[in-house]
Amino acid sequence: MSARTEILDRLRSALHDAPEAPEIPRKYRHTSGMNEAELIELLRDRLLDYKAGVSVVDEASVPARVAELLAGTASYVVPAGLDARWTALAPGRVVDSPEEPLSVEELDGADAVVTGSAAAVAETGTIILDGSPGQGRRACSLIPDHHVCLVRAGDIYGVLPEAVRRLDVTHPLTWISGPSATSDIELQRVEGVHGPRRLDVVIIRS
Amino acid sequence: MSSTYLGMPGVPVFGSGNLHTAEPFPVAARRELDNEQLRANLGHATHTIRDKRLRVVAELPDWEELREAGSATKTAVMARLPELLEEFEGNFTARGGIIHWARDAAEANEIVRELIRDAGADEVVKVKSMATQEIGLNEYLEEQGISAFETDLAELIVQLDHDKPSHILVPAIHKNRSQIRDIFLREMPDVDPDLTDTPARLAEAARLHLRRKFLSAKVAISGANFALADTGTLAVVESEGNGRMCLTLPETLITVMGVEKLLPSWTDLEVFMQLLPRSSTGERMNPYTSLWTGVTEGDGPQNVHLVLLDNGRSAALADERGRSALHCIRCSACMNVCPVYERTGGHAYGSTYPGPIGAILSPLLTGITSEENASLPYASSLCGACYDACPVKINIPEILVHLRSEDVQSRRGTKKVPGQMDVAMKAASWVMGSGRRMALVEKALPLGKLAAGPDRKIKKLPGVAAGWTRSRDLPAPPTQSFRDWWAKEHEQTASKEQA
Repeated sequence: MSARTEILDRLRSALHDAPEAPEIPRKYRHTSGMNEAELIELLRDRLLDYKAGVSVVDEASVPARVAELLAGTASYVVPAGLDARWTALAPGRVVDSPEEPLSVEELDGADAVVTGSAAAVAETGTIILDGSPGQGRRACSLIPDHHVCLVRAGDIYGVLPEAVRRLDVTHPLTWISGPSATSDIELQRVEGVHGPRRLDVVIIRS
Repeated sequence: MSSTYLGMPGVPVFGSGNLHTAEPFPVAARRELDNEQLRANLGHATHTIRDKRLRVVAELPDWEELREAGSATKTAVMARLPELLEEFEGNFTARGGIIHWARDAAEANEIVRELIRDAGADEVVKVKSMATQEIGLNEYLEEQGISAFETDLAELIVQLDHDKPSHILVPAIHKNRSQIRDIFLREMPDVDPDLTDTPARLAEAARLHLRRKFLSAKVAISGANFALADTGTLAVVESEGNGRMCLTLPETLITVMGVEKLLPSWTDLEVFMQLLPRSSTGERMNPYTSLWTGVTEGDGPQNVHLVLLDNGRSAALADERGRSALHCIRCSACMNVCPVYERTGGHAYGSTYPGPIGAILSPLLTGITSEENASLPYASSLCGACYDACPVKINIPEILVHLRSEDVQSRRGTKKVPGQMDVAMKAASWVMGSGRRMALVEKALPLGKLAAGPDRKIKKLPGVAAGWTRSRDLPAPPTQSFRDWWAKEHEQTASKEQA
């Protein structure tokens, strides 16, 4: 008998008493009812708590803000599909595309990466990337030590269920809540381990 | 609609691997309690995390509703486990993933070794995983000439120190910062000799130590926190980015996961990803969560494998009163609040799974009669703090009591002569079965006062009862029994009413 058949048989036999699957009570919050200004403020507060940098700007100010954040950067990666205007004022751009992907060494050699995002959750301070154009493959937002992440205010949701119900999970998803951190030494949180040690989130007002 | 299996209940097939304690819990606990440094480290760490957890849990107005949803979801998963596994398999496979089934630890280890050989690798990077700890994968691979590098900071500390994990979330919880610095100085070849014990400097040392490994690894091995049946998606929840490195950069990814980790639907994550981070590290959200569904062209590993592990889970599922132990999402909140764990530490439990959840899960996976695991359900004062803290509301105290009873029953089966407990219980039942006999025994109560000292405590009972007072005092019995008091009180009330 194959392991598969045997394990499934064992499990069916273990349920000899035919337990019922209960209805799932979903009385938790599904929406927050917050307006844009409140959502931006809550997301900002949560991200600052994680020791991320946060800027809130109008669309017209994005290029200047991005250039400021990348000051002193020799080269930075952008995934194909990111609006070129956003990085127009910052020299040193290297594009990663499905046709011409950068090698791991090239990604490691870049000082920073600039990406867009698919959604954000204000209450938990979480930015979600789904690999769509402008967000890039997962290695892009991982290997460079400084991640500048652009979030449109319209993509911010108050609570997690709102965001989850708008995403396609069959895309590879990365949820980011602050720079990399560890609580492994005496259960105290320390920022900066293997993932990007600096995270700057630029929130773009509608 | 779940399919109903019409067969007879089978004989449970228990698990193997690092699930056993080699000595009874009281023996191990006594030794660990002698380690004052350990007690200080654990006390500090568990109190830090308790306070953080309480703060972030109190922030959510719907915490109890989330727990209710989480608990019901897991109950539903267990009731529908075979069909959900098949649904998951179909979806994961359709998107290019390959599924392997492992009946036990040995079979899982062999599957993983074969996959590493097929990839032409002799070393692998690892994301922290309880399942691979449980099956003893690292030890097995080492015997086979394959080096497995742990990349989670706490796992790295434990591995470098040739020690064993003592906590499911923070395996090095028993080490403090200066002990960690000493391990790094001793075991990391290229470490800065001026390394201090500042946590940020220690984290940086780990970054430098592992960076090359991540960028050049061909094969990674991970566990999974969740598997979503309706999409075929796997999820890993982490903090440091070591998980992202392992899940993204190598060409081959091998995930080992217990069959119970399934969730029916992608939207169930909206519940569990609120429950898990707040319960485990006391954060609103963990820094990184990765989700992948089979293979994505041009993004991440192109050879994606999943080993689905039974190793005693079907046996645990067969125990109607114990099966909810399989609801565990490995957050570790129960050990952080447990007065026993806080003092003995995780090593005393022997198994990969320590603390209150380990005290029920290990004997359920291995069978209560296995080696010394029968002592684990007694490693608790039944205070119930674990039940309050559990994000999926596993009634750990109730299962502990159930397993104690299983233990007593199983011993009765193997012994011809009745044990001490049986004799004592028989005697008690005879006495308590009759009011007259009970009253006679109660007449002897004042004698207890004589045996007790001025602090009204009996420190040493004579004869066979001495075991009871070996580790606790017995309060002196009251001079008047309840029945006596009741009779007198009643008499007075009755006479007052007549007056």
